[in-house]
Amino acid sequence: MTEETKQTFETVSPEDIPGMAENLKSEGYRLVQLCGVTKEGHTEILYSFDKDFAIRNLKVAVPFGQTVGSITPWYWAAFVYENEVHDLFDVEFTDSKLDYKGNFFRMSCKAPWKGPEAAPKEGS
Amino acid sequence: MGKRTIVPFGPQHPALPEPVHLDLELEDETVVRAIPSIGYVHRGLEKLAEKRDYNDMIYVMERVCGICSFGHGWGYAGAVEGLMSVQIPDRAECLRIMFHELSRVHSHLLWLGLLADGLGFDSLFMHCWRIRERVLDVFEAITGGRVVMSFCKVGGVRKDLTPEMLKMVKDTCDMIEDEMRKTGLVFMKDTSVRNRLCGTGVLSREDIIDLSAVGPVARGSGVNNDVRSANPMYRDLGFSPVLYDDGDCWSRCMVRVDEIMQSLDMIRNAVRDLPDGDVSVPVKGNAPVGDYVFRVEQPRGEGFYYVQGNGSKFLSRARVRTPTNINIPAMTRMLQGCNLQDVSMLVITIDPCISCTER
Repeated sequence: MTEETKQTFETVSPEDIPGMAENLKSEGYRLVQLCGVTKEGHTEILYSFDKDFAIRNLKVAVPFGQTVGSITPWYWAAFVYENEVHDLFDVEFTDSKLDYKGNFFRMSCKAPWKGPEAAPKEGS
Repeated sequence: MGKRTIVPFGPQHPALPEPVHLDLELEDETVVRAIPSIGYVHRGLEKLAEKRDYNDMIYVMERVCGICSFGHGWGYAGAVEGLMSVQIPDRAECLRIMFHELSRVHSHLLWLGLLADGLGFDSLFMHCWRIRERVLDVFEAITGGRVVMSFCKVGGVRKDLTPEMLKMVKDTCDMIEDEMRKTGLVFMKDTSVRNRLCGTGVLSREDIIDLSAVGPVARGSGVNNDVRSANPMYRDLGFSPVLYDDGDCWSRCMVRVDEIMQSLDMIRNAVRDLPDGDVSVPVKGNAPVGDYVFRVEQPRGEGFYYVQGNGSKFLSRARVRTPTNINIPAMTRMLQGCNLQDVSMLVITIDPCISCTER
């Protein structure tokens, strides 16, 4: 379905995310999603935005234990994903407009997708 | 200002087929704020991608949801094909569109039935679901499955359709169209339906853009983010986005009624113009290191699929962002200011699929 759908991937530092979200909002981009991927020593968060059926993906590497600024001041709907990434990957978001404080998903264990056991074996 | 009360709504409620919880902050009987909670039945299906061959993972993806099962399979297959730089045959693409639009027809009919049930219009509910059964009969006759069909695979589709099967698809579309010309009129003109739906739960165009809402919720407020618009084969089959401007429950309902009719036209056009050739190409070897996103316009809105390859036959990540996921914020916005009695109907109008959301 995506013959005409353009997609780009950019690497962005965690500190730049709130500022980029503000710019993207003013440029008319729609939030598509956030998702986490467990890597060695850090969690990679993928932010996806859409404008005119072209997707712009921002990759952010967040070291374990480091926080990242929330984009909910500009994209309020991001609270769904930020709380999901928090509950599954244990990434803290600062200045969230709607923080469930770990109660968004009712998991049997804390942050089941974080840590060495959760990281897939690269190239295996 | 009246006294504020918090009323819990769900996770078990007669209006909710699946578990979602809302904390409704009320002033008298007016909802001032609604805080949603999900996560009651989270299954962690995405995580299985790390332990399943990427070709086998499609069986898991199809089971994210029963209603949009085919679309989830297509979305995942499309993402893997993009990652692997595989071009599927045109005949396979056309058959995928045909099955996906049949899924849209039965999903919208299911929703219209649920809406009628929510309105207390039981005969209308039963008519909608009776019509819907025709689509499931077609699925069963062709694939053997009524809900999860395993028709889609990475590289195309599993089987070709015979001329007899194609005739059955076309005849079923004719039959459903005939029925919908009568049933759709009830949603369009019946006074009791209009009284409940018109002017209720209004979301402005600005709300939709602000909340990044998708699907019939967005199109009912005049915002086109239907990803079918970006597909040339869809355009060749006669697709154009169905838009209504009022942003109320009735508009969201009529978007779905009109989309059923348009989908039936597109399916018949697909039967008529089905390209010749193979229905699949082999996809083998390890998935390369890289990322790919793919989107499918599910009946409830845009479905987003992301895969990340790591050079093995397993994926580092397979992500499904379902339409309900992104429409939950829009639902909470439309609940603000509504009457308590309308809450269940407003929740229904985003067509929530918690099974999808709790993938």
